[in-house]
Amino acid sequence: MEETIKEIVDENQEYVINMGPQHPSTHGVLRLVVSLKGETVKNVEPHIGYVHRGIEKMCESITYPQIIHLTDRMDYLSAHINNEAVCLNVEKALEVDIPDRIKVIRTIMSELTRIQSHQLFWATFGMDLGGLTCFFYGLRDREKVLDIFEETCGSRMIVSYNCPGGLMYDIHPNFQKRVKDFINYFRKILPEYDQLLTGNVIFQERTRGIGRLSLEDAISYGVTGPAARASGFSCDVRKHEPYSAYDRVKFNEVLFNEGDTFHRYLARIEEMRESMNIIDQLIDNIPEGPFAVKMKPVIKLPEGEYYQRVETARGELGVYIISDGNKNPYRIKFRSPCFSNLSVLNLISKDFKIADLVAIGGSLDLVIPEIDR
Amino acid sequence: MFDFAPLTRWIDSSLHNAMSPFWTTVVEMLIIGVLILIFYALVGLFLVYAERKVCAFMQNRLGPNRVGPFGVFQTIADLIKLLLVELVPIKNADKFLFNLAPFIVITASFMAIAAIPFAKGLHAIDLNIGVFYVIAVSAMGVIGILLAGWSSNNKYSLIGAMRSGAQIVSYELSVGLSLITIVVLAGSMQLSVIVEAQSTGWFIFKGHIPAFIAFIIFLISSTAETNHGPFDLAEAESELTAGYHTEYSGIKFAFFFLAEYMNMFIVASIAATVFLGGWMPFHVGHWDGFNAVMDHIPPFLWYIVKTFFVIFLMMWFKWTFPRLRIDQLLTLEWKYLLPINLVNVLIMAFIVLMGWHF
Repeated sequence: MEETIKEIVDENQEYVINMGPQHPSTHGVLRLVVSLKGETVKNVEPHIGYVHRGIEKMCESITYPQIIHLTDRMDYLSAHINNEAVCLNVEKALEVDIPDRIKVIRTIMSELTRIQSHQLFWATFGMDLGGLTCFFYGLRDREKVLDIFEETCGSRMIVSYNCPGGLMYDIHPNFQKRVKDFINYFRKILPEYDQLLTGNVIFQERTRGIGRLSLEDAISYGVTGPAARASGFSCDVRKHEPYSAYDRVKFNEVLFNEGDTFHRYLARIEEMRESMNIIDQLIDNIPEGPFAVKMKPVIKLPEGEYYQRVETARGELGVYIISDGNKNPYRIKFRSPCFSNLSVLNLISKDFKIADLVAIGGSLDLVIPEIDR
Repeated sequence: MFDFAPLTRWIDSSLHNAMSPFWTTVVEMLIIGVLILIFYALVGLFLVYAERKVCAFMQNRLGPNRVGPFGVFQTIADLIKLLLVELVPIKNADKFLFNLAPFIVITASFMAIAAIPFAKGLHAIDLNIGVFYVIAVSAMGVIGILLAGWSSNNKYSLIGAMRSGAQIVSYELSVGLSLITIVVLAGSMQLSVIVEAQSTGWFIFKGHIPAFIAFIIFLISSTAETNHGPFDLAEAESELTAGYHTEYSGIKFAFFFLAEYMNMFIVASIAATVFLGGWMPFHVGHWDGFNAVMDHIPPFLWYIVKTFFVIFLMMWFKWTFPRLRIDQLLTLEWKYLLPINLVNVLIMAFIVLMGWHF
C-alpha cells in the first residue's frame, strides 16, 4: 500500500491525502486515498473493511431467527428493510402463506424507514456542503419517525421488528394515528427542505452537473437505488418484483436522466413524497388478522439455494442463502447496494474539485457498515 | 451629544502635571493598550456566545444554557478550558513559524481595532488615512494563516492555507474598492471625518444606489475576507477537517478562534462606521421631536447596535447558506464583484462631481 502511494507521488507529482478513516464527511470509517493536482481530484482509491465484523460468517453458525438481528447492524438506517429481506427469503423457502395484515404493516414500516433514512441523507448532505442548519432540521423530523418506531418496536433504530413468519408483536394502538399525524406534519415540512437547500443558488451551483453518472456506467457498475434512478436506470425492486404489499399500492418510480449530484439528491426528496403516498394508501386499510404465523420452534430450510431482493433506501439488497437442511444456513451472502455505489466514486469524481468529491460522496449516501459487514 | 474628548484631554493634562512628557506617553500607551486588550477579550467572548445563541436560534436549538443564566458564562468556561488544555507538540513541524502564526493573526486584528471610532472622541488613533490603515492591517492576518498552514506539516492545513491565501488576496480588492466608493463621497480617508460627514445622513442613504451597492459588496467581500459564513473554505469542516488550524490546540487555537471573531467584529465596525453612520444617531428629516429623542441615546450604543446588526447579518448568511467551492468563490470575485465595483466607483465619482448626492 505504502509503495503505491509513493509511486503516484513520484510519477505524476500529485498530492496524496488520506480522507478518513476518521473524517467528518465520510460518514463512518471509510478511507479514501485521494490524489490531487492542486485542488483537482485525479484518483480516488476507496479502502474499506474498517468495520468488518464478519456478519456473513457469523450467520453460518446461528439460526434464522437470530440472523435477523445481525442484519440490523449492516445498513442501520434501513434496518427494518434488511430484516424484511431475510424474513421474506426464509418464508419463500418454507412456502409459508403470509396474511395481508403482516404484509401491509411491513410495507408501512419499510416506507417509514425509507423516509427517515432519506431525512438523514438530506441532513448530512446539507452538512457536507457546509450548510450546518440542514442537519438539525433533518434530525428534528427524523426524531418523529423514530418515536413511532420506539412505540411500536421498542427500539428506535435497530428495530428487529420482523421475524420469520410475521412480526415480533402487534402494532401499538396509537400507531395509525401517529403515522397519520407524522404524514400530515411532514407534508407541510418538506417544502421547507426545498426552501432551505434545493432552491438555494449556491447549492444548485455546487451540485448541478457535478459527478455525472451515465446510464451505461450505472448499469455496468451495478449501481442501484436513487443514485441509479437519477441516471435513468429503472431498477426499483418494489416495481419490478413487488414483495409484501407493494403490488397493491400505486406509486411512481422516481426517474431522472441527468445523473448528476443534484438529481441524485432530488431523487431522494421525491422518493420521500412517494413513500408518503404509499403510506397514505395503506394506513387506513390495515386488514384484521394475526400479526404472525405460527412457525415451527426450530426453523430448518429445505436443502437448496434461495435468493430474495428488496429495495432498501440505498438500493437493491439481495440475500442469498444456501441451505443444507440444517437449522443454520450453510452459506449466506448479502448483495450490498452501497458496495456497488461506492465502486463508481472514482469514475464520477475524477477531474472535479475536492469539495465536489465530498458532495458526490454525500450524494451516493453510503453507509459504511453495510459495505464492510 | 456626549463627547469623550474633554475626558481624554483632562486625563492627558493631569498626567502631564504629574510627570515628564516621556513618561506621560508611556503611561498613556499602557492605559490604551490594556483598555483595548480588555475590550478585545470581552467582545471576543461575547461574540462567541452570540454566535452560539444565534446559530442555536436558527437551528431550532437552545444553545448554551447550563453555565450561568442563559449560559452566559459558557464561553468563559470554554476559555478557561482552552487555557489549561495541553499544547500538543507536532512532529516535523516548523516550530518557530508554527508558534509565530497565531500571534501574527491576533496582532493584525488587534491593530485594526485601534483605528475604529467607537464614539465621539473615543478612538485610540485617528489617522488621516484611517480607511487605508484598516485595510492594510487586516490584510496582514493572511500571512499568519499561510504560515500556520505551511508550518503544521499537515496536508489539510496546507490546502486550507492556500485556499485562504487566494481568497483573501482576491477579496481584499473588493473590500478596498467598496470603501473607496465611500471615500470618494466623503472626500476623506480619516474615519472620524467620515463619521462627522454623516451627521446630515448616513452614507448608505446619502450616496444613492452606488453606496447601497458598495454596502452589499462590502458585506459579501468582508465576510469572505474574514473566512466566515458561506466563504469558510479555509477551514471547511466537512472537507478539510479544520483547515489551517487543524494542528493547533489549547491557547494557540484560542488565538485563531478569537481572531476570527474579532475580524468579524472589525469588518462589522467598518461597515457600521463607513456606511451606517458610525456612532451617529438615526435622524429623519424634519422630524425634530424624533431626532431629539434619538440624540439622547448615547453614541457608543448607536455604534454597538449598528455593529451587531451587521454581525447578525453575517451570522445569518453563515447558518443558512451552503459553502461555495474555491473556483466559484474566485469567479464571484473576479468576474462579478470586481467589475461591478469598478463601475460603481466611476458612477460615484460622477455623482460627486455633478453634486447629485444629498
